[in-house]
Amino acid sequence: MRDGLGAVGYLAGESTVLVSFLAARLGKPVLVEGPAGVGKTELAKALSRATERKLIRLQCYEGLDEAKALYEWNYRKQLLRIQAEAAGAGWEAVQEDIFGPEFLLSRPLLQAIEDESPVVLLIDEIDKTDQEFEAMLLEVLSDFQISIPELGVIEAQSRPLVLLTSNNTRELTEALKRRCLYLWLDYPDVERELEIVRLHAPELSETVARKLVEVVHMIRGLDLKKPPSIAESIDWARALLMLGADDIDASVFQRTMSIIVKHRTDLDVVAERVGVKLSDGVLGKLGTG
Amino acid sequence: MASSGSSAPGNGARRPRAAGRAIYGGLPEAGPPGFAPRLLELADELRREGLAVGTSELLDAFHALEELSWTDQEDFREALAATLAKSQEDRRVFEIVFDRFFFRAVEREAVERGLTEERYGGGDRLDLEDLRERIREAVRHGSDGEMRDMARLAIAAFGRQGEGSGVIGVDVQRIRRALELKGEAAGRELPDPDSVPQDRLREFERHLRRELERALIERTQSLPPAKPLRELDRALPSGPLQDLAAVHRVVAQLKRRLATRGHEQGGRRRSAVVDIRRTMRASLETGGVPMRLRYRHRRPRRPELYILCDVSTSVTSASVFFLSVLHALHDSFRKLRSFVFVERISEVTDVFERERSFAAISHAIATDAGVADVSGYTDYGRVWLEFLGQVVDDLDPRSTVIVLGDARTNGREPHADAFARISERAGRTFWLNPEPRLYWNYGDSVIQAYEAYCDGVFECWTTKQLEVFVNALAGGRGIAPAPGRA
Repeated sequence: MRDGLGAVGYLAGESTVLVSFLAARLGKPVLVEGPAGVGKTELAKALSRATERKLIRLQCYEGLDEAKALYEWNYRKQLLRIQAEAAGAGWEAVQEDIFGPEFLLSRPLLQAIEDESPVVLLIDEIDKTDQEFEAMLLEVLSDFQISIPELGVIEAQSRPLVLLTSNNTRELTEALKRRCLYLWLDYPDVERELEIVRLHAPELSETVARKLVEVVHMIRGLDLKKPPSIAESIDWARALLMLGADDIDASVFQRTMSIIVKHRTDLDVVAERVGVKLSDGVLGKLGTG
Repeated sequence: MASSGSSAPGNGARRPRAAGRAIYGGLPEAGPPGFAPRLLELADELRREGLAVGTSELLDAFHALEELSWTDQEDFREALAATLAKSQEDRRVFEIVFDRFFFRAVEREAVERGLTEERYGGGDRLDLEDLRERIREAVRHGSDGEMRDMARLAIAAFGRQGEGSGVIGVDVQRIRRALELKGEAAGRELPDPDSVPQDRLREFERHLRRELERALIERTQSLPPAKPLRELDRALPSGPLQDLAAVHRVVAQLKRRLATRGHEQGGRRRSAVVDIRRTMRASLETGGVPMRLRYRHRRPRRPELYILCDVSTSVTSASVFFLSVLHALHDSFRKLRSFVFVERISEVTDVFERERSFAAISHAIATDAGVADVSGYTDYGRVWLEFLGQVVDDLDPRSTVIVLGDARTNGREPHADAFARISERAGRTFWLNPEPRLYWNYGDSVIQAYEAYCDGVFECWTTKQLEVFVNALAGGRGIAPAPGRA
């Protein structure tokens, strides 16, 4: 599993590998939580590439309902059918006719279940929806089936690998958690993040990359509104490459820190605390030691 | 479950007491041997710490372990954590309980089989200076195993063989002092060359504690009783700014609730107006038969908020929280007017619009809001009258008034009738009280007088409670009954 994920450019931690493995073996959905930008969505994409499955993504938002997530009847087609048959057929026949699979518009969840070959289903930012929506997911997540009143139960052709991500903006219900394995993705340690940065910006020299990661870690240690994510350290690495910087000193940092720090109050704190250390050269020594 | 199944009913309830009696006089009675009962015991201990470990979680754990070689300690722990602990807080509790549980299980096993360890006894002959240096080095850069070895050495050298103070925490600190280990002071520019990083030092202390416990268990041939975790241990570390961020998150929810209110209540259809033009247009699709009615869009109401915030000394501890709520509200709402009051009321909307940083705002409000008049005691009655005089003409049924305060009038006239007039003019009125419900209406608290005129009165001094309030706002669907309207 680790090699598979590594081969598609995702360097996973111990627990991530283990939980993904268990999810695949036990056929249970995984609830992935963690700060923004630690690669939760990326994990799903990497899993789909590593297992060569299709990725079906359901992006959640406030007010998402079953018509958008599960299925919807194609009213227009149904109406046309009624009109076309209006004269001849009796009510019974028409009714049976218009509630067939032919008139069903399948949405991501139904698609994931209907697909012949197993897929990776990503339900992104589940915490953005209401509790009612979670309740609706339960049937899909535990039994991999969807009941449509007019059609009956549609069962999964194959077991999808399900990932739910949450940014922890609200507590999810116990019922949902009960059906999932739990994975807490946190910021990686210096060594792993260094590997990740070097994987995504291979042209950046080792020393600069290490210093960059150390600075990012130091910033995360400060009490900030929004600590920098992995994606942002990668962005920063790329920006440094583009600028052709061969070292991170106080002036380079001043100019580029808006890439990793995105709140005005945070900027002040970071400029003060980190800027001083950079100009003292404290970090440089740490970097080589 | 299975552990008590073999014995008489009621035994399960008695067992903890039996374990309690055995503090230093032997071993708590062991359950049936084998792996599954151990796991059930662990689950039981997790439940006592408040984790919701159900049968389905346990089954998952067993299934997961079947897929792994559970001789690998890390895999074993991760698999259990993934199936049993389902939030970050739970995960933290799980780590502590897991360590403690297996430490105790191993020690019990050792005592039962009469295993003892060879301990390093020649403490006197060690060069103490050299030892200090080696330990410091190990604490800074050493691996987990090295740290443990060093902890043992340190106990051997400084631990007064066999006669600690009896309180492990005291012994740990004594040894740490003897080793002259200092943690790095936070915020200092140049670190003391002798100091070691705080987290590494804590790690070393953990090893010391564990080794001392181990020695004690071996000596007394008994396990100390398992204590519930302290709040301090189980709380996740967080800084004040992250608390502020948490408030902002809840307020963002509040905004959505206020904005979408009424939509879910099913009242939309009842008062909908048919849009003739769009209905006719849509009927072309069905051959001129208006199969589907189109309705006129109802403009979602833009909530107008009036926030009144008590900043007197009686709510000092809560007012930081309230101000951060205000701060977050200003980030999310355009039509918001905020007021602070002690004896009289003062509008601070422009302060919030001018300043973005929370620190600057609290400073500005503390210095020149002009709310304290003479005595500095809250006068709710006067506040209502002034509020009525200043803004009542702006209130309309679309506006929401939220009061943040403890309703302690210091014995002055509450002027509930004035408050009633305010709540009559406004669409909705809520009161958030930073005191526990228990203290309401005691002493000079007159919340009862106002409660009748509010759409809801809530206890609120943590983000959790703020969330309850936000959920209740969604109202009408019985998520949380609005108290106060009883």
